[in-house]
Amino acid sequence: MNRLVEPLLALAATALLVLAAWAVPWLKFVLTIALAKGLAVLGILLLLRAGQVSFGHSMFMALGAYTVAFLAPQVPEALLLLPLAVLFSAVAGLLIGLFVVRYRDIFFSMLNLALCMVFYSVLEKFYAITKGTDGIRVTPITIAGQEPGRETQEWLIFGLALVLAVGSGLLVRAYLASPMGRALAGIKTRETRLEFIGVPARRVLLFAYVLSAVMGGCGGALLAMTTRHVTPLLSYWTASGELVFILILGGAGSALGPFLGAAAYELVRVYAAALVADAWQMILGGVLLAVILFAPQGLWGIVAGRLRGRA
Amino acid sequence: MAGWFSENGLLLGLALLDGLSYAALVFMVAVGLNLVFGVLRIVNVAHGSLFAIGAYTAASLGLFLSARGLPPAAGYAVLLLAAVLVGGVLGPVIERGVLRRVYGQEDVLQLLVTFALFMILEDVQKLIWGVQPLFHDAPMKFLGTVDVPFGEDVIPFTAYQIFVVPGVAVATLAGLAWFLRRTLTGRVIVAVTTDKEAATAMGIDAAKVTLLTFTFGAALAALGGALASPTTSLVPGVGAQTIVLSFAVVAIAGLGQIEGAALSALMIGMGRSIAVYFEPELEVVVPYLIMVAVLLVRPQGLFGVVETRRV
Repeated sequence: MNRLVEPLLALAATALLVLAAWAVPWLKFVLTIALAKGLAVLGILLLLRAGQVSFGHSMFMALGAYTVAFLAPQVPEALLLLPLAVLFSAVAGLLIGLFVVRYRDIFFSMLNLALCMVFYSVLEKFYAITKGTDGIRVTPITIAGQEPGRETQEWLIFGLALVLAVGSGLLVRAYLASPMGRALAGIKTRETRLEFIGVPARRVLLFAYVLSAVMGGCGGALLAMTTRHVTPLLSYWTASGELVFILILGGAGSALGPFLGAAAYELVRVYAAALVADAWQMILGGVLLAVILFAPQGLWGIVAGRLRGRA
Repeated sequence: MAGWFSENGLLLGLALLDGLSYAALVFMVAVGLNLVFGVLRIVNVAHGSLFAIGAYTAASLGLFLSARGLPPAAGYAVLLLAAVLVGGVLGPVIERGVLRRVYGQEDVLQLLVTFALFMILEDVQKLIWGVQPLFHDAPMKFLGTVDVPFGEDVIPFTAYQIFVVPGVAVATLAGLAWFLRRTLTGRVIVAVTTDKEAATAMGIDAAKVTLLTFTFGAALAALGGALASPTTSLVPGVGAQTIVLSFAVVAIAGLGQIEGAALSALMIGMGRSIAVYFEPELEVVVPYLIMVAVLLVRPQGLFGVVETRRV
């Protein structure tokens, strides 16, 4: 496929998103959330390139979200809160990463799950600090100095999410094409060979892990600014499962996949979750199964297949 | 120390007894998980759901039958029946219907397929049994309590949890060791675990062994659930908790270690119940902390063998 197709598609998708948000005002909220989650999913994509899947990445989303909730009263400005969320999730990603990158496959997955559940119970149990399951309401904040007036602020957050999504997409593309990114695929195929040619596999994976944590934290911060309320459920295993689901649905073959998946997921959820709240996980599981069995490249794979057929 | 002991001795005794029965239950699930991994090379994330469904089936069946005049002593047969039923139906359905389609595919996809199954089964369980707690403790009440001497104190504790639950676990451990080492079927399973290709070349029907092992493992998990059902009221979320705990047990022991799993189940069971009695806040975190601590020191588990690295 032409090297320009992906950026062009991304541009078209961006225009489409802006148009949709402009034409149907309530969509702005849904799409902002989709972009925020897509950002976190993009992080997991990096790890999947190394053949590792994290069942616990919602912990970084929750970390980013709680950072915003905690610091909003002291630092009521989105453009300052975001870097702070990035900073905290980078530090957390580095510390946790130093531990988990020593493990592979199911150990990697389950250790992430375990740490994510530990974070969940910390958020839930320490009521005095985190208000437990009640969660914390995010106090009003300014964005780029703009006072919180509903319409403009919604647009600003949407724009912020869009800029971050496009920026991270480009970053991930460049990163995956670089030697560091190529080495990730080497971890998946045969790590020992990678080390024989002198590439420190763990450090390669650690870098990807920290990057993915930062993207998760960023997504979480955006989520908190949009929904204005954070609860420990952000770090529950189902939230992590949701992120993995979005990645497989969208397809891990391109940086566009996570956002495609997230948009499809959030749009369906708006309608379906209310209708079939009891069977929501079941439907997700069923779709996940169907995608893996019948369309392992995800939605992006279908799109890419079409394009290739036409070209 | 002596002062602390006279004050908290009773509590510690209770914690140890509780921990023993809990460890026995976790062992039942972990040993099945281990066995299935050995043959299929898939860590079945849905294994915890089989525990939950086994528990619910046993409770429903028990309530249904005792309402129709089943003598309480026959309640134990009902527990076994529930396990056979769940394992015998769900085992083949999952293995033949789903897992068989992804053998030989990427590890990540296999893992995600079982994760999808887990999501589906969690909701199936909620749809069938609702979210109201279910409770049927007749099999536990029937045996009454025994007085356990503990230092100078005497602790009255249910005979069911002291004799039946650990008894079944010990019988499983001994039976399994005998089965795998002394019977033809058992040795065939070991052969497939060790080297599937060589075993197939010797004329072993690996597909049959796989089906058999998976069904057997599923039945063990369901039996664990059935045994647990009289001791606690059943609520959604049991499945998620169980799979993480039993994975922790397997990881601590080292994948493929059956006797080791018994010891690490004791560590997890005791650790958790001591936390329940002394620091309830830490209950959720303790099993993870034990796992993380062990894996930090011995990444291959306490009894695991370091795998030779392939080049």
